[in-house]
Amino acid sequence: MSSSTALATVGGSRTDARNDVMAVNAAEEQYVTFTVGSEEYGVNILSVREIRGWTPESRLPNLPDYVRGVINLRGIIIPIFDLRARFGGGATSVTKRHVVVVIQVGERTRGILVDAISDILAIGHDAIKPPPDVDGGMVDAEYLSGLYTADDRMVTLLSVEKLFSVENSELDSATKALPALERAS
Amino acid sequence: MEDLSRFKQTYFDESAELLEVAESGLLRLTPGEVDSDEVNAIFRAVHSIKGGGGAFGFTELVAFAHEFETVMDGVRNNTVPVTTELVDTLIRANDLLGQMLAYAREGDPAPAGTTDGTVAALRRHLSGGAPQVQAPAAAPAAPPPAPVYADDEDDEAGLFGDAMAAIAAARAEEDPVPPGKLRWTIVFRPRSDLLMSGNEPAFMLRALRRLGDATVECHTNALPNLQNLEAELLHLSWTVTLIADPDIDLDKINDVFEFVADDCDIRITAEAPPPAAPEAPPVTDPVPVATATPPAVVAAVPETPKAEAPKAEAARPRPNGGGAEHAGLTSHTIRVDLDKIDRLVNMVGEMVITQAMIAEHVRELPPGEFQELLEGLEQLAQHTRELRESVMSIRAQPVSSVFSRMPRLVRECAATTGKEVQLVTSGETTEVDKTVVENLVDPLTHMIRNSIDHGLEGPEERERVGKPRAGTVHLSAQHRSGRIVIEITDDGRGINRPKVLSKAIEKGLVQPGAALSDEEIDNLIFLPGFSTADQVSNLSGRGVGMDVVRRNITSLGGRIGVYSTPGEGSRFVLSLPLTLAVLDGMVISVGEERFVLPLTNIVESLRPKAADLHGLVGKCDVMMARGEYVRLVYLHQLFGIPGAVADPTRALVVLVETEDGSRLGLVVDEVLGQQQVVIKSLEANFRRLDGVAAATILGDGRVALILDVAGLREMSRHMDSRAPRSPSSPAAALPAPALEPV
Repeated sequence: MSSSTALATVGGSRTDARNDVMAVNAAEEQYVTFTVGSEEYGVNILSVREIRGWTPESRLPNLPDYVRGVINLRGIIIPIFDLRARFGGGATSVTKRHVVVVIQVGERTRGILVDAISDILAIGHDAIKPPPDVDGGMVDAEYLSGLYTADDRMVTLLSVEKLFSVENSELDSATKALPALERAS
Repeated sequence: MEDLSRFKQTYFDESAELLEVAESGLLRLTPGEVDSDEVNAIFRAVHSIKGGGGAFGFTELVAFAHEFETVMDGVRNNTVPVTTELVDTLIRANDLLGQMLAYAREGDPAPAGTTDGTVAALRRHLSGGAPQVQAPAAAPAAPPPAPVYADDEDDEAGLFGDAMAAIAAARAEEDPVPPGKLRWTIVFRPRSDLLMSGNEPAFMLRALRRLGDATVECHTNALPNLQNLEAELLHLSWTVTLIADPDIDLDKINDVFEFVADDCDIRITAEAPPPAAPEAPPVTDPVPVATATPPAVVAAVPETPKAEAPKAEAARPRPNGGGAEHAGLTSHTIRVDLDKIDRLVNMVGEMVITQAMIAEHVRELPPGEFQELLEGLEQLAQHTRELRESVMSIRAQPVSSVFSRMPRLVRECAATTGKEVQLVTSGETTEVDKTVVENLVDPLTHMIRNSIDHGLEGPEERERVGKPRAGTVHLSAQHRSGRIVIEITDDGRGINRPKVLSKAIEKGLVQPGAALSDEEIDNLIFLPGFSTADQVSNLSGRGVGMDVVRRNITSLGGRIGVYSTPGEGSRFVLSLPLTLAVLDGMVISVGEERFVLPLTNIVESLRPKAADLHGLVGKCDVMMARGEYVRLVYLHQLFGIPGAVADPTRALVVLVETEDGSRLGLVVDEVLGQQQVVIKSLEANFRRLDGVAAATILGDGRVALILDVAGLREMSRHMDSRAPRSPSSPAAALPAPALEPV
């Protein structure tokens, strides 16, 4: 909880700083960016409900390893997705410094486990580059909404709606391909 | 438009309640002992449905409600005798009114002729059961031939339109009261918001006019200037001078204002003819008469020739005016959206957990140093507990809403079976969570039908065995140790054990020659596919039997038992949790994970000896428990949990029973203890999972899954059928369970 407040404050000041920019260019949208390993990702700030420190999850049976488990968010139970595992990097070994970005998709609230929050960026529509063809069945392209260059970093912008909708349909096939045992051992 | 639809929703909600009021009233309506309060309540219910329906333009519904109301009016005026046949017609009419409401709610027109039969039946009663349907209506409000309430609406304009012409005719005060008549002065000062409740003063004035020769003065002195005029408020008041026959008494005049008594000031005085005057009736209301109100408009309302006669012979004193009853009905309740309450329940649940967490941390503080903090926390804990109880009680409802449906059912069943049945209910005020109440209707309906159909004997048979002709079914509810216990007792023939046993053997449910105790035989009736009725009757023998009842009850976390004495009757006992939001569970651990098993599923837990364990055709393990072989299900295998105790002789086996009565042994690491848990949805933000019924939050704030025993059994069957188990590495062959898409 405490980390949640702290981050919110940081975010708030940055938001203020960027308000002027916002006023100048109405086609800009703000993105919360975070890191997973050496990569940086961003999601639209409007879908972010809160950011909180890692609290131990309860595991769910027979699901792929990127479904980390469920946590108690003030009385409601939300699933946590491990973004690293989702992108094939194996399950994150969590520490107290890991962060959960709580995201609202339609009626549903879900959490994404990431390494750290890095920035809040105001990004103009024209500054977003389309993702290159990710061929060879790397699938993920569908929920990448674009790429953005911040200074010398590349930020991969994720479309939360698609990220979760893809996950919903893939969950079943992925589960079937992944016997529970592989995670168990 | 949206606003209107919201009002419509409220109207339908209220109408549903009113229908229930009317129905329960109708069911208590007995020929010969008519309770005028009941009759009034029914009349008011129907009238309110009609009134609201008119506001939304449901013309068919209103026309029908009007017919219904007319007969009820006749009943309360004693012009329509209460007979069993009438009560049946009225109950049918009430059902039909419900149907009409349903059509209106869907926005569909009712099929043509829907109401014809019932309307004809209603009118037959109006005309005193005489064959001619076209007879002049006996009750004042009933216009004879057409189902129109024309007399309520025809001369809307005329009432005041005629006014000017009639000014000269008026000034009744100057005239002496004609001999043999009474002169009433009625000062009617409605509150300014009267129109908002859908009342129309013109109707009341017109109703007064029907009682005699009325002169109406309208007082406009309170009328504001045009720029201050609020069009939705009523600024007028009236003084009515009524010359009426002596049999028009105060009650009749009060009746006119029955629905608005709370919303207006009424003062009624009477004056007799000068010489031989009867005593003036008392003043009903001490509110001072409006003084200094120069009559602005004086209208002489022409006397309507119809109407008085039937009212006249109906003089039956009703000590309480309509107003008093009306006031009694006003309850101090509000309607609240269930979602809002659920949110409140959620937050309180969270508070309880947070409070427990704080308490945990505080215990680690050095003792003796933070006395005030500790005392404060102790108080907080107490308040939290009370808050939680209060919040839970918001959702509680008395079971009377279910019980009140049963007289109707008993009546119908009695008619169908030709048996005489008396239903006795007790403990209707026992409260239980709304969801439980709602889910009780089906099981109780079925069980009462069952009691009447199978339990009670026919009147002749009862007489032969020396019992009263009418059988008794007793339905009771009470709180007992944190649960609600509902009993259905009949004084019938009891369970015919030889018949039940032979039936069960015939159906292959019991091995021939099996020795069963009486209790075991009685409980056979709960087995799926069991039905004792020799013929499939219209009532209970529809293939769905007591097994469905038991399934319903267990799915609510309840238990059902039967106790029977041959020749004396049977007693069914249901025990249910007070709320579905909370579940009694056993917390168990497997590896690092904790789960909750519903207590209702648990038979016992034990640690088997190696000698009790056996492999079954290389597919699964079975265990001998209490003389029965029970299949073992390893939870850590099903759920792929690492680090669990795999050897049953070192772990624990929890013997669980599914809702259909089959047993299995669940192998878990440890049983941590019994606990009440709040049920939380997993699907709201995620999806359903096999073998998992729901989730909950334990005292430390962590989530634990609540297990679905039937689901676990399915999963393990799947596993057994797909993969032969190799004892050396039990988990190796674990297949992926089939997950249904969300």
